[in-house]
Amino acid sequence: MPALSWINLLAVLGVLLLLTKPLGGYIERVFGGQRTLLSPLLEPVERVVYRLCRVSSAEMSWSGYALGALAVGAASVSALYVILRVQQWLPLNPQHFTNLAPDVAFNTAISFATTTNWQVYSGENALSYLSQMAGIVPQMFVASAVGLALGIAFIRALARSESGTLGNFWVDLIRGMLYLMLPLSVIGTLLYASQGVPQNFHAYADVLNAEGFKQAITGGPMASETIIELLGGNGGGFVGANAASPNENPTALCNFLELLTMLLIPAALTNTFGRMVKDVRQGWLLFAAMAVLLVGGAVVGQIAESHGNPAIAALGVHGPNWEGKEARFGPDSAGLSVAVATATGNGAANATYDSLMPLADLVALANMQTSEVIFGGVGSGLYGMLIYAILTVFIAGLMVGRTPEYLGKKIARREVQFAMLAVLAFALAVLVPAAIASVSRDGRAVLGNGGPHGFSEIVYAFTSTAANNGSAMAGLGSNLFYNLMTAGAMFVGRFAVAIATMALAGSLAAQSKSVRLSRGTFRTDTVMFGALLLGVVVIVGALTFLPADLLGPIVEQAINARH
Amino acid sequence: MKKHLVTAALFTVFSVIALGIVYPLVMTGISMLVFPAQANGSLVTANGKVVGSRIIGQQWTKPQYFHGRLSAAGKGYDPTSTGGTNLAPTSKKLIDATKAAVVALKKENPDARGPVPMDLVTSSASGIDPDISVEAAYYQVPRIAKARGLSSAAVYTLVDHHVQGRTLGFLGEPRVNVLELNLSLDAARS
Repeated sequence: MPALSWINLLAVLGVLLLLTKPLGGYIERVFGGQRTLLSPLLEPVERVVYRLCRVSSAEMSWSGYALGALAVGAASVSALYVILRVQQWLPLNPQHFTNLAPDVAFNTAISFATTTNWQVYSGENALSYLSQMAGIVPQMFVASAVGLALGIAFIRALARSESGTLGNFWVDLIRGMLYLMLPLSVIGTLLYASQGVPQNFHAYADVLNAEGFKQAITGGPMASETIIELLGGNGGGFVGANAASPNENPTALCNFLELLTMLLIPAALTNTFGRMVKDVRQGWLLFAAMAVLLVGGAVVGQIAESHGNPAIAALGVHGPNWEGKEARFGPDSAGLSVAVATATGNGAANATYDSLMPLADLVALANMQTSEVIFGGVGSGLYGMLIYAILTVFIAGLMVGRTPEYLGKKIARREVQFAMLAVLAFALAVLVPAAIASVSRDGRAVLGNGGPHGFSEIVYAFTSTAANNGSAMAGLGSNLFYNLMTAGAMFVGRFAVAIATMALAGSLAAQSKSVRLSRGTFRTDTVMFGALLLGVVVIVGALTFLPADLLGPIVEQAINARH
Repeated sequence: MKKHLVTAALFTVFSVIALGIVYPLVMTGISMLVFPAQANGSLVTANGKVVGSRIIGQQWTKPQYFHGRLSAAGKGYDPTSTGGTNLAPTSKKLIDATKAAVVALKKENPDARGPVPMDLVTSSASGIDPDISVEAAYYQVPRIAKARGLSSAAVYTLVDHHVQGRTLGFLGEPRVNVLELNLSLDAARS
């Protein structure tokens, strides 16, 4: 792995580390209902929104909280579906795009209401500017703020003692959106625009170059969408090539900022967690565990990509794997970008994943197969990792014969049942449809490549949608079968997991919190616990998905290495 | 649940108006004021006409111009159909296409020196990559010098003038913007 790739990796992590503490503290104040720097400006707005949306400030039980998330999901899906189905009759459609087909609109609506952003269309030739800005963008804000609220509610469950409630869903949703997502998006839009991401409403400009080559220069309000796409763990690109397109990611500096944007909130939430449970070390432990997994994936990916494709080297052309890479980023840093985008629930690829080396594809798959907990989606990454932490104390407790406890909460039968429900719902949402697709004609009809790589495309599609990542090995085409099956995977991956998680939160919140640390308590802020946690994440992921990965990228790697 | 649904519906209307209309319009206004060139798409003009965008690559096939990467976007460099080949590293199609690209490149550049630059025989991820590596530009210099009746040294100097280094010394790869380089070739002629 080239030295510069290491510097790249360290620079991203270093800046992230610097931002984690201040932003984590800010998020704690936002959800603690405290005054912040922006309160003078936003408090009046907040009051108006509460009145308009008829929000009362009463605290909610876990089920009330989860129902709120479901209700807003249903409203989001409906709104986006309608806009996509009538866009040709609405304004701001300079390219005169027609309405989306029902199955495409349905898939897209579920996709953006779950932060997945699986896309079976290319924005630049299918979506009007209005559909992008008023259809897609609000759902990117809302869906990520829903995840954030669920994450905060889960932290409260661990922080509170004998509580029947987890907070008010609507207040958390609105405060997260107003005080966190919106201000960061305003700053980010301007940063991206400064780098060259377009922000206009022009019709595509027809140009002719000196050779007589004709081209349509695309436009649109791209910067304001790209920022929330990345900040909220959404990942759906304004254009088909997404973060590989020079429209969305025009410079190397912009790429660096985009990688940071993806990691920013999920990383800060580990610190918010530590502060809210009054033990910041617990937060740093999660940060460290996530960082170790991220670096591991990035390094494997970088090595595979820098090593290059032996099948191409056999032609007498030597070098890293340039296929599906952009010249301004180069192939050597692709491993880092792939690792960050797949670990953080972001579908925003800056390279063609179908053309990655098999081991780099394996990294992408593994990052998602841990159910997006390596920083992960906004909020969902944190509660996913906390579920793993709870499983870890349970397993450790079984091994040494102590009563498992996490942050003073007893982990008993009920808690483990809900935790396993969340883990299994995700695994089933991936493996069942992938198995059906592998043996059905419709499932195999639209594969972009044959052999083990074709199988990887299937597994990738359902892993990505169930994990709410949204990236694709895009050689896989779309048809009615995939549009419906992936919609199902996205729904289960988001809402079944969220409901199990909230049920677990309700059960944890109701317990009294034992504050006394005895010598028999298994400490969860030590290197030992960190190592065990990593072990559990890897083993649960590996045991569940290794057979599928073996038939896909691992076999392909073996074939590729024969050259 | 009914109360939740009412709030969800009202909240969705609010978010579509506030985040879907007001936010993008305000951001467009500010971007147009502060970064007008970038917000409008980094358009490039020559002789008073818009000939392309700095950030979007174009198809070049004539010997007197620098050529860009292979493109899988539409029929080539189509910004309305962006993307890569999506071919697997083990794909026979990919190996055959690369083999053909190497043969074509060598035929076009009989006087080229050094190894074949990898970026000239592979497709970009976007299909509209505006840049090539510095090696890829150097590789094409003898052909362009010959086609234009210039000295190789003059063309090398022009390339060097257009090299964009790594940002802060470590971000990205050194590269050359093909459209800008070709425009400066034409300007040097006139």
